[in-house]
Amino acid sequence: MADLSTNLLGFTMHSPVIGASGTVGYGPEYEDLIDLRTIGGISGKGLTLHGQYGNEGTRLHETPSGLINSIGLQNPGVQHFMDVELPEMLRLKEQYGIVTLANLGGHNEEEYVQGAAMLSESAVDIIELNISCPNVKVGGMAYGVKADAAGAVVKMVRDVCKKPLLVKLSPQAENIPDMCKAVEAAGADGISLTNTFQACAIDLEKRKPVFNNIFAGLSGPAVRPIALRMVWQAVGAVNIPVVGLGGIATGRDALEFIMAGAAAVQVGAANFANPRAMQTIGEEMAAWMDKNGVKTLDEIRGCAR
Amino acid sequence: MRAACCDAKVLEQTVVEENICLMKVLWTDVAHAPHAGQFFTLRAWAHGEEPFLSRPISVHSWDADTHEVQFLYQVKGHGTEKLAKLKAGDTLQVTGPMGNGFDTAALAKEYKRILIVGGGIGTAPLYQTTKELAAAGNAPDVCFGFTDVSYETAKYKGVAKSLKVATDSGKEGVKGFVTQLYNPADYDLILLCGPTPMMKNAAAGAAAAGVKCLCSLEGKMACGIGACLGCTCKTTREQAVSICKDGPVFDAKEVW
Repeated sequence: MADLSTNLLGFTMHSPVIGASGTVGYGPEYEDLIDLRTIGGISGKGLTLHGQYGNEGTRLHETPSGLINSIGLQNPGVQHFMDVELPEMLRLKEQYGIVTLANLGGHNEEEYVQGAAMLSESAVDIIELNISCPNVKVGGMAYGVKADAAGAVVKMVRDVCKKPLLVKLSPQAENIPDMCKAVEAAGADGISLTNTFQACAIDLEKRKPVFNNIFAGLSGPAVRPIALRMVWQAVGAVNIPVVGLGGIATGRDALEFIMAGAAAVQVGAANFANPRAMQTIGEEMAAWMDKNGVKTLDEIRGCAR
Repeated sequence: MRAACCDAKVLEQTVVEENICLMKVLWTDVAHAPHAGQFFTLRAWAHGEEPFLSRPISVHSWDADTHEVQFLYQVKGHGTEKLAKLKAGDTLQVTGPMGNGFDTAALAKEYKRILIVGGGIGTAPLYQTTKELAAAGNAPDVCFGFTDVSYETAKYKGVAKSLKVATDSGKEGVKGFVTQLYNPADYDLILLCGPTPMMKNAAAGAAAAGVKCLCSLEGKMACGIGACLGCTCKTTREQAVSICKDGPVFDAKEVW
């Protein structure tokens, strides 16, 4: 049987498959749906320092091979997370051996820094810094477009962050290699990409945009080839691990990202079509590896380059 | 209890009215048995096929002896059209049960005179609700509103204490709104499921009469388990709530 175990930022995971932020709650929601021992980790719903309700109006819209969302970082806030949701994540870690990631967004530098400082004092394993949410009007996305702005905020967070720091990038970045180099230079321990792609939908009957914010984030298999291209570029640009995500729905999809050089992968929208996706993706990866005489992911990681 | 996911077999599918289907499915996971007011997400197409999301459908009836779960649903778009094509012997992906539902055992005990009010396809979850209340020794009165004709109402005879029907067209029962069929002051508890204007109207009547009122909401959702936050709803609670996980049943006072 192929060995899927994966090392990420010093943590050994049973599988390279991590539940992507915003699609798996904080983990317990999936406890009866899949065997959590078969996945690598869970990245919790994106947090902001003070918490927020999120966006008004329509939040979900189906598209061919994908889903546009405009949740708007609804979350209970960092302190509530540490008091209520994190203990549940840590129970899952204890019980199933998953790695826990706290995904942190912000509206300005101070929020990022304070949130990261607080999470540094918690027992969470990894902080995933979200500088790429397309659904909050102020901040978030601004850092995701310009490499120098991204570098500056990552540097400020790095100075207070005692945890391994994964920086989640937006596909809206002006230049992916430059963006990756900037966050690496600012002290990121790893990079995850991509977040959702800015998209739009119009309601014909209302003759108005579907979403109150007009633009929202597209994910799902529709974006996968573009996300894979960006992961390829990221791997070529930096010497830190790159976690690939964007439309991964099958074991073959995940293996493409590994062969492009990804250290691990995240699975998001696919969880909605198939609640067992994170587990079946790992099983399908192992089956392909067995069939092709591949014993470990290290044998094929980056082999396509 | 959290949701489970498996492939389940269709036992029977019938068209009971124009664009209204009744599908019986074998749900063998008795550790995850549903109760009144809960729902499952159904998918009769491959994960890579359209539509992207599975469809949330409420439990019309659950038989703990035969493990048969029934779904009464309206054929409205691509997803339900694909569900409607399923025949006996076919399999589909079933995930659930989801949501809080109605705590019928507690309600039957706590409230003496119970009324169930439903509108259109919103009547779907109210059959299991009626059955459970009757089994708990407190059969409710049932009032339903439909556009033209009723469907799947004969089964309430002998289960509900009474059944009254109103239709918009007057083709069947009383012509008018379902809320014209009863006086809320005659009851201690009213349970609602139907179109939002109907529920708002019924909830306002209950509130004016000082009667406790629970409503079952619907919303667009991707996961059904509180993970995607697509079906968030504003209530009087401090924290935002998800219709799928914290509901779909809420105290009407919290919502309107």
